[in-house]
Amino acid sequence: MTQTVLEITGLNVDYGVGDQAVRAVRDVDLTLRRGEVLGLAGESGSGKSTLAYGITRLLPPPGVIRSGSVRYHPVDGDPVDVMALTPAELRRFRWAETSIVFQGAMNSLNPVHRISTQLLDVIKAHEPDMSAPARLARARELLKLVGISADRMDSYPHQLSGGMRQRVMIGMALALEPQIVIMDEPTTALDVVMQRQILGQLAELRERLGFAVLFITHDLSLLVEFSDRIAIMYGGRIVEEAPAAQLYRAALHPYTEGLLHSFPALRGPRRALTGIPGSPPDLRAMPPGCAFHPRCPRAFTPCDNELPVLGAPADDHPGRSVACWLHRSLESR
Amino acid sequence: MRFLLQRVAFYLFTAWAAITLNFFIPRMIPGDPVQSLISRNQGRISADAIESLRVLFGLDENESVWEQYVDYWKQLLQGDLGLSFTFFPAPVSTVIGDSLPWTVGLVGITTIVSFLLGTALGVGAGWRRGSWVDALLPATTFLSSIPYFWLGLVAIAVFAGPGSFFPSSGGYEPGLVPAFDQYFIPSAIQHSLLPAATILVSSMSGWILSMRNMMVTVSSEDYITVAHAKGLSERRVALSYAARNALLPNVSGFALSLGFIVGGTLLVEIVFSYPGLGYQLFQAVGSKDYPLMQGIFLIITISVLVANLLADVAYLLLDPRTRKS
Ligand SMILES: Nc1ncnc2c1ncn2[C@@H]1O[C@H](COP(=O)(O)OP(=O)(O)O)[C@@H](O)[C@H]1O
Ligand SMILES: [Mg+2]
Repeated sequence: MTQTVLEITGLNVDYGVGDQAVRAVRDVDLTLRRGEVLGLAGESGSGKSTLAYGITRLLPPPGVIRSGSVRYHPVDGDPVDVMALTPAELRRFRWAETSIVFQGAMNSLNPVHRISTQLLDVIKAHEPDMSAPARLARARELLKLVGISADRMDSYPHQLSGGMRQRVMIGMALALEPQIVIMDEPTTALDVVMQRQILGQLAELRERLGFAVLFITHDLSLLVEFSDRIAIMYGGRIVEEAPAAQLYRAALHPYTEGLLHSFPALRGPRRALTGIPGSPPDLRAMPPGCAFHPRCPRAFTPCDNELPVLGAPADDHPGRSVACWLHRSLESR
Repeated sequence: MRFLLQRVAFYLFTAWAAITLNFFIPRMIPGDPVQSLISRNQGRISADAIESLRVLFGLDENESVWEQYVDYWKQLLQGDLGLSFTFFPAPVSTVIGDSLPWTVGLVGITTIVSFLLGTALGVGAGWRRGSWVDALLPATTFLSSIPYFWLGLVAIAVFAGPGSFFPSSGGYEPGLVPAFDQYFIPSAIQHSLLPAATILVSSMSGWILSMRNMMVTVSSEDYITVAHAKGLSERRVALSYAARNALLPNVSGFALSLGFIVGGTLLVEIVFSYPGLGYQLFQAVGSKDYPLMQGIFLIITISVLVANLLADVAYLLLDPRTRKS
């Protein structure tokens, strides 16, 4: 039985307070298991980044966590309630247990400091007892890990290509051997070849070091290849969650179905590329019932006024969950 | 390095152009200022001095303009800026040498203090929006928007009445001899306090505001979020990541403001009758002392150019992106 490393329950994140608040993440329950790659996909604006910022308590203002809990399970020791950490505890927790590679990884490096400075400061902050030569050796090792020669240590960010900067960030994310690495669209700004190369390297590192990855992207095709499980987000909610292969073979939610038909099939028979009609919902004025129903080709009676909750589908699919009336027996309403 | 050499070449060219202009302008002034000076000082002016003035003003009928130009450069390179009319027969270089320390001492020091203090407050205000520094901003903005002339006069009216600690004019107690002794130094400091305070009040809020706004801009950069995510101390994120980047535009602004120390102090020195270069320029204009005006303009030009060069060097040192490998 695989262990849980991060457990998110009932998480709600708003931008702003009061009536004007944008509810960007709604009642999200999500579990990350030790050493797995959990993919999180959805159209842009669906709240993926907000979820990532929320669980690491890095929300920029006016973002606020309205409710919910995030529990981290260390390898040994008691679970940690991330939301209850004091500022000092939070600083110690960050990067050591959960590191992040951001969406804007191109600008993730401080332009005025050398790569070495930025690798070393995080090691120094968390392991003040480590000697300077040991820290330096560690930093060199990290660069080697991501395939960058150690003589790049003294480079400034602008002297590196986009792909290299990205790999520096991945190396930096592994500096303290965290249990969880969150990646928010880490390769979106790169060309396809570079994207493949970096993801291949990431998969290999994960095998070797055993950290869990929460991989966020709007590109479901990437996840099908690289992740163990996939969660689909729509309008701030998780609408489907399943093992990657199963989700690819048989999507339960019509939205997932639509996403899968938005990119060419990787293998097997050709599929029609249809995309999803309509546009993502306005988070300030969400449709009643299932948020997807105005765009859903298969919407029926309950969809426009009753919200389907995420749960096991009625039609026997073990290990999966979906929030759709098509897969609810009528009694469960 | 290449960049720097290009800049130096450009500034040298500009300096040459300014000096050449300085050479031609008096030659375009109608009338003969030297003749009027000579007649005013009948018999008290040496033949040498007349010769030097003639070279400076191009009144030597026996020389072509080109020969005059060469002579002018020769004089200049020897530090000879001619004789002042008003302080006749003192050379312009001596007059400038006497007033420059006052300007540099008062305005130079306050410019630096204003920049350091303003930047530090700006870092605080930008990093912790809504703190007490932020609450101070409208007040400082209001003070800095008052025209300096008025601010200075109000300061004199309010603080420098008869019997007040603050003298209303001058650089030291009349009757004292400028020297580094226990009588002169305290007097000089006492005279500089009020003008210094007015300069601070009118210039500091600019530094606070620009630094604060840069801090706010930089705070939303990805690398700041990363720095937080790395669990670095608040202090390190604020200084080494945010302030270090926010400082860049301000540093060149600071270097440029150093160039205006000499030229930009006219109002301060006029209002406080402070014996600096600006006041001297004011008086030179009033008494049509062309050699002195020319000399001061030259100093102003050169200090602006040097400040520009300083700004380039500072930027080169602080922003690795401008350094080409
Ligand atoms: N600073 C903010 N203020 C207000 N709304 C925001 C802010 N940041 C994001 N949002 C809103 O939150 C929603 C989710 O954004 P985000 O998490 O970035 O989506 P994703 O990463 O899936 O593209 C979007 O609709 C966006 O408009
Ligand atoms: Mg995003």
